[in-house]
Amino acid sequence: MTGATLLAAINFHTLLFLLFAGLACGFAVAVVLADNVVRMALYLVLSLASTAGLFFLAGAEFIGAMQLMIYVGGTLVLLVFGVMLTAQAPFVSIKTSTGDRVLAGVVAASLLALLLQAAFSVDVWRRPGVGEVAPPAATPLGMALVGARVDEPAAGAPATAVRSGYLLPFEIVSIHLLVVLVGAAYLARAKRRRTPRAIEVAASVESPSESVQSTGSRAAATGTASALVSGGSR
Amino acid sequence: MNLVSASWLPPLFAAGLLGEPVSVTHYLVVGAILFTAGIVCMAIKRNALGVLMGIELVLNGANVNFVAFASPYLRGEGAVSLGLDGQVIALFVILLAAAEAAVALAITLNFYNNHSTVDIDRADDLKG
Repeated sequence: MTGATLLAAINFHTLLFLLFAGLACGFAVAVVLADNVVRMALYLVLSLASTAGLFFLAGAEFIGAMQLMIYVGGTLVLLVFGVMLTAQAPFVSIKTSTGDRVLAGVVAASLLALLLQAAFSVDVWRRPGVGEVAPPAATPLGMALVGARVDEPAAGAPATAVRSGYLLPFEIVSIHLLVVLVGAAYLARAKRRRTPRAIEVAASVESPSESVQSTGSRAAATGTASALVSGGSR
Repeated sequence: MNLVSASWLPPLFAAGLLGEPVSVTHYLVVGAILFTAGIVCMAIKRNALGVLMGIELVLNGANVNFVAFASPYLRGEGAVSLGLDGQVIALFVILLAAAEAAVALAITLNFYNNHSTVDIDRADDLKG
């Protein structure tokens, strides 16, 4: 085969799929094999970004964009902050014992064999795609989220299928997200080390030496104590 | 042209990898690999943040499958596509993963404040 016929025979959709699939799977395995938590975070970013490329190739461009913005731009930044806040020298790389690694490899191999067998077992999934060109899905997706379906029924779906919108799941998810973020902020808040009561006690312990010196001027002693209180609570 | 006439290309053609359109099974294989990597990551990492990253990988592998089943491009002859349902589910999975990451990170930071470590083998206070 000459170069030109090879070039003509290449399905570039498939070529790009292989590229992104290789990147996603390779970096996912790198996350498992890496010991350093900072490198794990980097590999995870790259794996998730490659998966966004796979979503674009499957015609789900809005999902791909959300994957980039929410996962790569939001969740991973959160994780990297966690890494930075907890990356004291002994915890940057915590080694796993070799026995655990071997056991995990055996379990992973059997799980992968099971999943691959399931993926190849259904004949209709293995037929190459018909290449049906669908319109961009962002508008139908947005309309479906507010409860109105404007997309055509999926080809091959039974004509009697009920097609409802997603307004209720959308509301449930938004309330869930709000509650979860409030809860996370409450959980991760900075704890106050000294309560106001403890500061008062500390002030009354410290003040007698001063009040002994300034005997007779009761107001000055109270002034010192209140200055201590305000200084401690600042 | 040098790249195209490279010797590694014909075997790929022989395996039907480069010449044929992508099918759903291609995506399922990627999803299976991501899922397995995530499971192993959750199982063997001793850093709590490593376990979190494994969870993200597992959810991502499931998302790949949802998008593949929803895609009109990949639908083979006679197959039924999930249509918009698959994309909406994938979107919700991404949102819930963001919420889960926020809470899990808050718990991890709390654990780090109380125990001064992120090694999950040390989180055995509830052991009977």
